[in-house]
Parts: sequence; structure tokens; C-alpha cells
Amino acid sequence: MFVFLIRRIAASIPIILGIALVVFFLFNVVGGDPALQMAGKHATAQRIAEIRAEYGLDQPKHIQFVKYLGEIATFDFGRSYATRQKISEMILNGIGPTLSLAIPAFLLTTFLAIVISLLVAYFRGKWIDKTGVILCVIGMSIPSLGYILFGQYILAYQLNLFPISGYDYSLAGRFEFLLLPMIIWVMLSVGYDVRYYRTALLEETNQDYVRTARAKGLSEPRVFFKHVLKNTMVPIITNVILEIPLLILGSFLLETFFGIPGLGYITIDALNNSDFPVLKAMTTVISILYIGGTILTDLAYALVDPRIKLK
Amino acid sequence: MSTPAVISQDVSSAVGAMPKGRSLWSHAWDRLKKDKYAILCGSIIFFYAMVALLSKLGVIASPWDKVVGASYAPPSGESFEMWLGADIFGRSVMYKVIHGTEIAFGVGFVVACISVPIGVFFGAIAGYFGGIIDELIVWFYSTLSSIPNLLLLLAIAAALGKGLHAIYISLIVTSWIGLARVIRGEFIKHKSRDYVIAADSLGATHFSKIFKHILPNVLHFVILNFSIQFMSAIKAEVILSFLGVGVQGEPSWGNMIDEAKLELARGVWWQLTGATVAMFFVVLAFNILGDALRDALDPKIK
Repeated sequence: MFVFLIRRIAASIPIILGIALVVFFLFNVVGGDPALQMAGKHATAQRIAEIRAEYGLDQPKHIQFVKYLGEIATFDFGRSYATRQKISEMILNGIGPTLSLAIPAFLLTTFLAIVISLLVAYFRGKWIDKTGVILCVIGMSIPSLGYILFGQYILAYQLNLFPISGYDYSLAGRFEFLLLPMIIWVMLSVGYDVRYYRTALLEETNQDYVRTARAKGLSEPRVFFKHVLKNTMVPIITNVILEIPLLILGSFLLETFFGIPGLGYITIDALNNSDFPVLKAMTTVISILYIGGTILTDLAYALVDPRIKLK
Repeated sequence: MSTPAVISQDVSSAVGAMPKGRSLWSHAWDRLKKDKYAILCGSIIFFYAMVALLSKLGVIASPWDKVVGASYAPPSGESFEMWLGADIFGRSVMYKVIHGTEIAFGVGFVVACISVPIGVFFGAIAGYFGGIIDELIVWFYSTLSSIPNLLLLLAIAAALGKGLHAIYISLIVTSWIGLARVIRGEFIKHKSRDYVIAADSLGATHFSKIFKHILPNVLHFVILNFSIQFMSAIKAEVILSFLGVGVQGEPSWGNMIDEAKLELARGVWWQLTGATVAMFFVVLAFNILGDALRDALDPKIK
């Protein structure tokens, strides 16, 4: 397993280099002159030259790229243009809120999705099933913005059930602010998961061994929960594990709307301020975290399915 | 002893008694036609497309910025324009929704039409030729897909500036990857199949093998992917416009929802409802149609 990890990490290096290349290409080559973007329309020539010198933009491109690789390796991206904070600090500060929202929401979604899909697959064909599927498809089709805006307006503003936005860094205080975004996250994701698990469960029930079990006289609950469920755990767990890397992305929209100062919020903020150093750093770091997530996913997947051997 | 003429007659009468061969396509089309929901959704999408086209040609809902009522006038039944009320400048929300349809379908169509061929091309040559070409292409799309989608879209939009063209480019760059992966897998599978080897032994060129022989066998993925990409492009445009990096100056569903943020505080719900409902039905229709397409094209379900 150790060898597997080493190999996977080694295999990610060219990808990470590729990402650095793409980010660099976008922001330093394609994206107009970063110094001009950051300085804004009314800057003096001197200000622009200062920015250039500070961010090393006056050097030839390949040197800039090497410098950028160095920044990634040492996790020091300099300072944000808009807020003058150390970017690495901003990132570390942002991880807490993002994960506080993402992890509980993810666990809740997974739990609900498994329970609902079990119900729906057990009563396949009956009205519970049909209603469930319809609700899922509808849930998937409502734009996330719709959920957020209606949710904020009706539940938070009119009915006063939740705070409209904001965040509290203390461990206990934060959950009050995370509750509504969590609910919205769950409603957004549950539909997709339930349909997927339902399909997997139903495919299992069509297998020959299920027919044999029923022919043997086993009761339906026994057949379903003891046999079908166990064999479906692999695709279910695979799906669950595959969703973990996406947690890092948090939800850009939810964080922005509810004022939760996570990684997504910082990124959107930087976007609005044309804060290129932050955008570059965010894109690179989030992508690297995402790759890390996929490696963990592969590891966990191999642990779950005994047929898969790690190489 | 039978003469050749008699033999061929026997053969042809025997052939006449055999059922006519059915291709995957005619099977799929039959199944699709029988599915009421699929037909319904197809009609809904067709309706939207017609609205978009008419709007683009200027036949309906033009000009969209004509003032039709008081600022924030609520919906009323007095005229078609006022069915969804007016926005802050007194412009018809109904007209804006229709204009938004034009933008949404434009984006979906352009992005899907360009990124599908790109995806097929890269997937095909990667899967077919293998070797260094394969490694390069796989490295390229693995890199792009390791950057979370929304993040990449935002980064491209930030770099290219705002506006419709940036959206087109960023959506195209991110959309071709999924199809390329699938097509590459299929080509790898088909490359060593008998019929390809047979074509090869008959002297078929690479070009002919790729386009004439293997490609028709993977077209169903392409069609499915086209509809998925169309829908994803629409959803992405809404989110990008909402975040401020999308369409500028013209109403799109995303822009309208963005404006609605502030309007809600004043109790003005009609712009949000119009855009959200319009989007909801088209996304729902694509979801259901996509499922039906997948089921119809699946050879295992008979």
C-alpha cells in the first residue's frame, strides 16, 4: 500500500505541473497584464511599475513560471493585492469554515440518500417509489440559485428561522450560521445520490441469486436487507468516496451568499477584485487538494472492494 | 438437378420470409416514440428552441428594453408584457425571460456543437493511435479535469474578461473532456475487434477505420453527451452570469436572478420567479429526455 501511495503521488506530479502551467498561462500570459488589472483604470504609471516589481512581473516569462513553481513548493504565495494579507494565511483561515460546512452536509446527505433510496427501492413500483423518483428529478432540476434565494428569503427573512448570513468562528457558535446552507446543500445533492443508489439496488434485485433466494422461500425483507443491500454497498461506497474530493470545493455559491468565509468565498471575492495572486493561488491549491482527495478515494475504494488490488 | 435460376428463387423466397434487420437506431427511435414523457419533454425543449429562435430573429419580445410599466409594477393580466410584471426600470420581465431563453439556447447550442466534435476528435485519436499521442492527450485532460470545474470556468473568465465570448470559450474548454474520455475508452475497445481487423486487412486507411467503421458504433454516446452538455452549458451560464462574469448588458436568466437578490428585500418576486421557472422546466425536460434517451439506446434493456 505504501508503494501504491508513492506511485500515485509520483504520478500526480506531472499533473500538478500541468495545473501550474494552465494557471500560469491563464493569468500571466492570456489574462492581459496582471499589473494593469490589479492597479485598476486610474493608476499612474509609477503605481503600475511598482506592482510589476513587487510581483516580479517585469522578468521574462519562464523565470516567472519557475518562481511560481517555487511559490507552490514552499506554500508562500506572497500577499493579496486587495487585502495585503499573506495569501497562505488566507488559505489556512478559509479551510476551517469550508470544511465546517462541507463535512456535516456531506455526512447528512449520504445518510439521507441511503435511507431514502432503501425505502424507495424496497417499495419499487409503488407510489412511494414513484413519488420519490419524481421528487428527486424535480430537486435536481431546480437551479441552486433558486434554492438559495428562496431559502434565504422565506426561511431566514420572512419566517426568521435562521440568520440570513454571517459566521461565528467559535466552535459552538458557528453551527447556527451553517444550518440553513447545510439544508440547502443536502437538498441539492440528495436527488442525484438517491437516483444512483436506487438504480444500483434495483440492478442487484434483478440478479439470479435474488431469484434463488425468493425461490427458497426467504421473506422479502430478508432478501432485500440481508442480501441485496450487502452487495450494493460497493457501488454505494464508491459513489460516496468519489464525492469526497468535491468537498474541498465547498460550495462557492453557498459560502458567498451566506457570508461564510471559506475557500469559495475568498475565491469569489478575489474574482470581484481582480485579485490575481489570490486567484492563482486558490486555483492551484484547491486543485492540489482535489488531487489529494482522489488519491485517498482510490485508496479507500481498494480497501472496500476485495477484488481490487493496489498496484 | 435445380438450375441456378431455381436455386436463387428458393433463396430469395427464403430471404423474404426472414424478418427485416433492425439497427440500434430504429430500435431506439421506436422505444423513444412510445415513451410519453420523452415525447412531452422533447416538445417542451422544441418549444423553448422556437421561442429562442423567434426572439433572436426579433419577431417576439423585441426590443427587450422597452419600458412597459411603472418601476417594479407587479404582474397583471392586462397585456402579455405585464404577465410577469416589470423590473426596476419598468422593462417587461416577460420579455427579459424570453431574451434569456435566446441567450441560454444560444450558449447551449454553440458550446455543445463545438465541444462535441473536439471531444470526439481527441478521444478518437487518443484511443486509436495510443502511444505518445494518447499519453499527451490524457495528461492534458487529466490536468484540466483536476481543476474543479467551476473554479476553472471562473479562472478563464477572470483572465479573458467578462462577457459572452469568455463564457463560450470557458465552457467549450471544460466541456469536451468528459466525451473525450468516453470516446477514448470506446475506441480502445473497438480497435482490436474483428470487424476493424477485417477492414484493415482489406486495406482501409486509418482515416477510414476511424470515421467509417468505428465512429458509427460510438455515436450513441455522442448524442447522449450532446444533450447533457447543452443542459450543463445553460446551467453554467446562469451561475457565471450570477457571479458577475457572464453576459453583460443583456438580460440572461443568470443576470435576472442576480438582480433579484436585491429585489427580494423589497418584496419584488416576479423577476426571480420568471427566470427560475423558465430554467426549471427546460432543465427538467433535458433531465427526463436524457434518461429516456439513455434507456432507449441501451441494448441490454429489451
